[in-house]
Amino acid sequence: MMFWKRFLGVLTARNLEFWRDKESLSWNLIFPLVLVAAFAFLFDSDDRTIVTVGVVQEIQDEGQLESNNALVPELASLAFVEQVPYENRDQALRRLQQHQLDLVIAPDEQRYWLNESSPGSALAAELLSARSDAYAQEVLTGQALRYVDWVLPGILAMNLMFSCLYGVGYVIVRYRKNSVLKRLQATPLSAFEFLLAQVVSRVWLVLATLIVVYLICNAIFSFVMEGSYLLLILLAFLGALCMAALGLLIAARTRSEELSRGLLDFIAWPMLLLSGVWFSLDGSPDWVQQFAQIFPLTHLLDAARAVMFDGAGFAEILPQIIVLIAMTFVFLVVGARLFRWVGDGR
Amino acid sequence: MNKTIATPILSTRGLTKTYDDINVVDKLDLDIREGICFGLLGPNGAGKTTTIEMLEGILPPNAGEILYRGKPVDKHFFQHVGIQFQHTALPDFLKVNDVLNLFSRFYDSPMNRDELIAWCNLEDILDRDHRKLSGGQKQRLLLALALMNDPDLLFLDEPTTGLDPQARRNFWELVRSVRSRGKTVLLTTHYMDEAEQLCDEIAVLDKGKVLTQGAPRTLLNQHFNGALIRLPVANFAGATIPPEFKNAEQQGDFMQLQATQVDATLSTLIASGVSLNGLQVESATLDDLFLKLTGHELRGE
Repeated sequence: MMFWKRFLGVLTARNLEFWRDKESLSWNLIFPLVLVAAFAFLFDSDDRTIVTVGVVQEIQDEGQLESNNALVPELASLAFVEQVPYENRDQALRRLQQHQLDLVIAPDEQRYWLNESSPGSALAAELLSARSDAYAQEVLTGQALRYVDWVLPGILAMNLMFSCLYGVGYVIVRYRKNSVLKRLQATPLSAFEFLLAQVVSRVWLVLATLIVVYLICNAIFSFVMEGSYLLLILLAFLGALCMAALGLLIAARTRSEELSRGLLDFIAWPMLLLSGVWFSLDGSPDWVQQFAQIFPLTHLLDAARAVMFDGAGFAEILPQIIVLIAMTFVFLVVGARLFRWVGDGR
Repeated sequence: MNKTIATPILSTRGLTKTYDDINVVDKLDLDIREGICFGLLGPNGAGKTTTIEMLEGILPPNAGEILYRGKPVDKHFFQHVGIQFQHTALPDFLKVNDVLNLFSRFYDSPMNRDELIAWCNLEDILDRDHRKLSGGQKQRLLLALALMNDPDLLFLDEPTTGLDPQARRNFWELVRSVRSRGKTVLLTTHYMDEAEQLCDEIAVLDKGKVLTQGAPRTLLNQHFNGALIRLPVANFAGATIPPEFKNAEQQGDFMQLQATQVDATLSTLIASGVSLNGLQVESATLDDLFLKLTGHELRGE
């Protein structure tokens, strides 16, 4: 009973602080809104000069995933047509609906699909039918996946990351430095009760912020959403928990705001660049993609985009969910073991 | 005669804290009787704060032990004691009311809220952001937090440092009312008048050791007889100083003598040809005691 009373005491106080700190609160809301709007207008036009065709075929080994212009021999001589192999026909068709592909060809079935809503698709279909009449035509419709659709989860996740890392990590270091923690230590409050309240307070505030930002942006841009909102909220919850736990770990001991700021930046910025917030890592070298796996943000974004653009279900994002939970667990256990109220460097 | 020796509420044996191979607190033995106001006195750097923070259970000692009611301190200790730190802060953006709510939730049986607010005179500032309080108001709020669990033992670390004279006097009144409710108060201070006003017993610390300990009056009577007589040094020029004034000490432009019998001493001085122009007679204070014990000023760094 006392556990919950003390925990709720700290939770309430922390929420009041957040709510009354109007400058931070508005920054938390406005920053992602401005970013999404900026990207929507800056990257409005999509001026690809080549035609991209998805080719559905069995893939035996990794090497075949490279684009290969001999997959459909009829189009092989056209240098401005890029042929990309897809093993999964539904995935290729979804890319076609989102205007990322101009045409999907299944040579085995002697069929091809075009997207009626895409001018590029009509052009690609003309090209193919001019060269061969062996393929039967299927028609799809679907609005383009704009860059703003693609970058939205990145911006929301970035906001989540900064809010959790700094809102938990930096605040704890500041409280240690100005002796708030020392005052709390001199009460029956336990470190676990205190830390749990910090994490829970931040996680629910971040979730509330994300939902508000999404709703406002969605009213303006009406984003692509193929999957379940519940899954998306679950992912945001797990991601926020993981980042808050990472913040705790960094703030476990130090009394130096400079050191903690440096550590937080050291973790946040590589994540920002290498987790696929701004651009897809599909085209980057193998080692970069491997390295990016150490970041929780990579797993969060992979899963969120799979849900939003491919309509992935729980089973399909289970690997990412497991990784996020495992990382959270490790950060929490190590962070709680290292934690000191007063800290080093007295 | 048949007074039983009660277990001290707090005692230490061989308490030692070392920073960089220097014993900041050096094998300290203290016994603090229940119900008194006990003062730890000393200049800055004497080890007062280090000592009180070890007693509070905030700072682990390098050696020695601390007993609360004869038993080693455990985690239930915080349910029974109240602590007011010298330097402390509270979470940002909270009003006095919110801070009281927060701390009241930490304890199994917090004090009656209205009673506490009235006791510490917080009625008028309940809706104020705690960061916008004056020095005296802030100390009253911090005292209220320390009293939240109706503690048996209250620690105050330099509670009136930086307060104006009016606020200091108000705070002293509060400490007296705490003491009159039968609570034990342990305070550190470098103000001698504060110790004389509040403390039943003091220990004077310097370089981590206790120089002397006892009731302020007793200590003064022990170290100073009668009164202090101060005369300008120039008055002694050309005079033969009688042998009983060999213990005279020069303090700046003044000679300072301890006089058991003031009239006898003055007669002897006149007989020896010492002029009494500029004569000052005063009772010794704890400041004088400290000066005598350590040879240096109390308030200096």
